[in-house]
Amino acid sequence: MPELFVAKVSELPDGERRIVAHDGLEIGVFCWQGAFYAYQNLCVHQGGPACEGIIMHKVEDVLGPDRTWHGQKFSDEEVHFVCPWHGYEYDLKTGECAADRRLRLKSFDVVRRGEDIYVIA
Amino acid sequence: MVDIPLSDFRHMAIEEFDTTKLLEHAARQARERGYDKFPIVDVDSHHYELESLGEILQYMDDPVLQQLAMSATQSGGSKGTGVLPSGIGYQDIGGRVLRYSVRKLEKVGGDEHRDITLTRRWMDAMGTDIAVIFPSPMLQLGLHPQVEMEVAFARAYNRWLVERVLSAEPRIRSMLYLPFNDPAASFRMVQEFAGKPGVVGFMVTAARYRPVHHNDYMRTYALLEEHGLPLAFHSAYDWNEQSMAMMNRFISVHALGFVFHNMIHMTNWIINGLPERFPKLKLIWIESGLAWLPFMIQRLDNEYMMRSSEAPALKKLPGDYIRDMHFTSQPMEVTDMGALETTFRMIKAETQLLYSSDYPHWDFDLPSTIYDLPFLSETAKRNILGGNAARVFGLELGGKLAKVA
Repeated sequence: MPELFVAKVSELPDGERRIVAHDGLEIGVFCWQGAFYAYQNLCVHQGGPACEGIIMHKVEDVLGPDRTWHGQKFSDEEVHFVCPWHGYEYDLKTGECAADRRLRLKSFDVVRRGEDIYVIA
Repeated sequence: MVDIPLSDFRHMAIEEFDTTKLLEHAARQARERGYDKFPIVDVDSHHYELESLGEILQYMDDPVLQQLAMSATQSGGSKGTGVLPSGIGYQDIGGRVLRYSVRKLEKVGGDEHRDITLTRRWMDAMGTDIAVIFPSPMLQLGLHPQVEMEVAFARAYNRWLVERVLSAEPRIRSMLYLPFNDPAASFRMVQEFAGKPGVVGFMVTAARYRPVHHNDYMRTYALLEEHGLPLAFHSAYDWNEQSMAMMNRFISVHALGFVFHNMIHMTNWIINGLPERFPKLKLIWIESGLAWLPFMIQRLDNEYMMRSSEAPALKKLPGDYIRDMHFTSQPMEVTDMGALETTFRMIKAETQLLYSSDYPHWDFDLPSTIYDLPFLSETAKRNILGGNAARVFGLELGGKLAKVA
């Protein structure tokens, strides 16, 4: 399996991503909280460039102990990237579709060699 | 540059935007599926007409309304503020559907109108031969409390669209806006614009509160029938509608609102026997998806069997009239393939269904949503993607049309 150069570590700071292409295959490589994640840039919905959209934390309801609703907030833990075509959201750490976790993007291993980042296609 | 606020301290800075780049995957789908071998007609797509508001207002006849609109637009700070129904809504899902916020960054060259260039870019990417375009914010113009303002905007928009867009690009067509809150003005609109370049029918924005069976509309329907031009009902939502106002999320209002108004118009149309009174008038129901149709057929048929005395003009079941009508496909509900296949059977999709993208709106559908359906024959796919529309509108598609069947 080919090993594709993604970027220097310094070129891929937290919250950024690179799209690398090889033989018709596009892979989005994200850096988030010091770790790297890579997924096929192909939305499970209509084939959009799923990895090229914005990165947003999951929206959560705030409920009281009596089950009353008190507003919404962004999750402290879970972050999503969003397909720019229609808004399908994916868990950045797993590639699962946030609205239906039976669906997920194909993931790829990322390796770091010194200051270089590679993805195994 | 556009700086999009995100969910924490970060922002996403975007410096350029290009439709062709955004839709590269769509272009790949078109190549892989061979869309060059048969015609694709998109019966519902959009442009953002208020980006040309200054031009459109130049076509407004009434000097007082024109001055009011120009002044309100300037003092409102954004396009149309103060003079058009604004419609609270979050179409871009908080910036997640990126093209809304960055559209203004897209560069076009040459002398042709920006809307033509942008429309052709997405058409080329998707493999679309002909697109029927409609306005965007003006879909809520039927909610304007000043009937004369709806009429003035409708005529200005129609004149502008025909002269500046449709006359300049034969691949772009439209069903023109009918100011339905004024039946006499609607009639005059058909008189004036039937036969103009690129005009393939007329459209009523569905979010409004005028019953389609009122006698005042009969001569407009007769005139459309005489010209062989379809009448379309393009759905929209009204968050201020009494029942919609109970809902607190845009998803709720959009999911129900885009069906609600068309359900009412279709029910009135059928129960009042308009299909019998105008048997040759082609009806097209736009942007309500398809899942409502099995509901409508079953619901109306079941009640009609018991209460036919209340719909004495009907000579067959309500569902039989529905199956004579046409429907655009988007937003096609695809989460239950068995239900979708049943829907296709119930509405005679192979001859009645018209592919639509709704691009560039947030819930657009590519041609592959039809082409990849596992239960359709190649002939059915090609009919729905273009052949049916070519027949409904009488389009000349040259050699490509011959490849439909």
